[in-house]
Amino acid sequence: MKFKALKLIIAVVAMLLPLNAQAEKMGIADPARDKYYSALEGKKVAFVPLAMGFDLTEGWYAGMKKALEPLGVEMILRDPNWSADAGSKAISSLISEKPDAIVVHNPDVQTYAKLLRKAEKAGIHVVQVNMKSAFPTDAFVGADWIEIGELVTQKVIDQCGAGTSQKIAIVQGVLTAAASAYQLRGVSNILEKNPNIKVVSNQAADWDSTKARAITETTLQQHPDLCGIVGFWDGMDIGTGAAVKEAGMHEKVFLATSGGGGKTGCDNLKNDIFDVFVSYDVPGQARDLSNVVKSLLQSGNKPGKAGKVSLFTQLQTLTKDNMASYMGSGACWTVESLASN
Amino acid sequence: MFKLRNQELIILIVTVVIFAGFSVFLDKFFSTGNLLTLMRSVSILGILSIAMAVVVISKGIDLSLIATLAVGTALASVLSSGDVLPSIDLPFIYAVILGFIFTAILCAMTGILVAYWDMASVFVTLAMAGVIYGLGRTLFIRDELNYLPEDAAWLEYLGRGQLFGVPMPIICFLMLAIIMHLLLTKTTFGKFVYSIGDSGLAARTAGVPVRPILVMIFILAGTVAYFAGLLTAGAISSINTRMVAGSMIYDVLLVVVVGGIGLSGGKGGMHNVILGTLLIGTLLNGMVIMDISFIVQNLIKGIILLLAIMTDTLLNPRDEQTTQQGDI
Repeated sequence: MKFKALKLIIAVVAMLLPLNAQAEKMGIADPARDKYYSALEGKKVAFVPLAMGFDLTEGWYAGMKKALEPLGVEMILRDPNWSADAGSKAISSLISEKPDAIVVHNPDVQTYAKLLRKAEKAGIHVVQVNMKSAFPTDAFVGADWIEIGELVTQKVIDQCGAGTSQKIAIVQGVLTAAASAYQLRGVSNILEKNPNIKVVSNQAADWDSTKARAITETTLQQHPDLCGIVGFWDGMDIGTGAAVKEAGMHEKVFLATSGGGGKTGCDNLKNDIFDVFVSYDVPGQARDLSNVVKSLLQSGNKPGKAGKVSLFTQLQTLTKDNMASYMGSGACWTVESLASN
Repeated sequence: MFKLRNQELIILIVTVVIFAGFSVFLDKFFSTGNLLTLMRSVSILGILSIAMAVVVISKGIDLSLIATLAVGTALASVLSSGDVLPSIDLPFIYAVILGFIFTAILCAMTGILVAYWDMASVFVTLAMAGVIYGLGRTLFIRDELNYLPEDAAWLEYLGRGQLFGVPMPIICFLMLAIIMHLLLTKTTFGKFVYSIGDSGLAARTAGVPVRPILVMIFILAGTVAYFAGLLTAGAISSINTRMVAGSMIYDVLLVVVVGGIGLSGGKGGMHNVILGTLLIGTLLNGMVIMDISFIVQNLIKGIILLLAIMTDTLLNPRDEQTTQQGDI
């Protein structure tokens, strides 16, 4: 009996030997490799942003295209151009077209919630980017807005301690937008802990740089001893910074804001328009998005059935002095650099 | 120089009362610095209102002004940035001229549709706003946010420079108001504009070339709007085409109506635009100083627009003579 077993082992080893020799010559095949490629080949992934044409959405789309298209994934783009209504229609029509996954950028927490549930029921994986819906889907990839609000406010308050006027201003986006409302919660969290800080102006500039500029100009006139400004988005705070710089006060007034971390944001740091720029790293988000889509398509799970995951973006706090060290990790990107190989 | 109508008197009194109230109750409102800031922040709005005023005086309306402003200016900045014409290193000043030609052609189209097709300007310009934005964005302008090229320093001076301590946009606004005032009161063109606004039919009977003049009015308004766009871009070194979707066009209407240019046409002038701009500027500035929330600010603006239209209707009642199809 023992002898028989030994014989079998010898036979198996003898059989494997040439194989092993062949592996040395040719390398070995990865048994999981084909599964990866076949799971992605011919799949369709749709992207429904708020609008194309601005750095965040252009960056995500370019990054996803670059990661997924070479694998045989077909990317479909539906651009609702800031209309939540057009976005709803786009998602409805996608549900009947049945792509394998939809990457969706919500205008607010409510509008798409029912549609996203319907899409998952119809067997489509749904990944949400940067703006959450009230209905959690397979995955969320994006910034933690509350953390951003806290981080930006803390940076301003650090500069406005005792010995300064301790007066700060807040320039919000659109009041109803989740990104603005969540950030405001983060701002309040920090302000509660710092009762000495006086908020002398708390105005919404509608994501509009011209409005931000006019509001800031008036605030600076009224409070020439202003210490810092909490901005909510770099595209809008170009106007905030321009007003500060024009008043000749960029040495005295500390402006912190946040954004996708693109080259124009970095240029504004370089030109003393911003003092701190918290980046939610669009190249990193694009990679997270592509990887989440890849893993969902390979998992074989039914959409909406497995656990829901959130991938909050690792934030980068950029300043004029440290931004060079972040460039290796994707800061100061351009859409061209994301699209090219 | 100006004969004030009842309506203008009311608005003048309202402005003076609000202004005096703010001066007394708001700390630092009545200071040279704040008054210049106040004027500066509404001077672009004022320039746009000059454009709108000319159209409204001729009994029309132009809802495509913001689209013209944003797309024309963004086109100029894109053309010289090398994104569209990578082979040619186009100096910014030529790009500005090309942007002007683009806006002039589209505004001429608007004018032709209104004048020769007899379509109501409110519908034509509403549709044209979409056409201008769509054409510009599809053909040329990939990004919403477009930065000015480096050789646009002269424009940045116009947008944010100062002359004798007065910000350039204020000077541009006042200069433009004077030029337009002279054009409207001292030239035949101006007299035609008023006569068309009074009654298009009577003007035509009297031998006024109504249709060509209407086309010219729309080109003129578009050109002024384009200039306002260049100034906007100069002020923040960039232009964002998303402003097309914003509520600025209603602010422009607010200035024109509040200023007392009757929507039934043929009435008002540049002094109304300046008055309206001052009133809205005072209000906006005061509301920011008082740190009033955005929603309440919109409510106040809405109520003022309603009150102004009500006064307009009371003082200039509609009758069979002044009402026409497409009249707003």
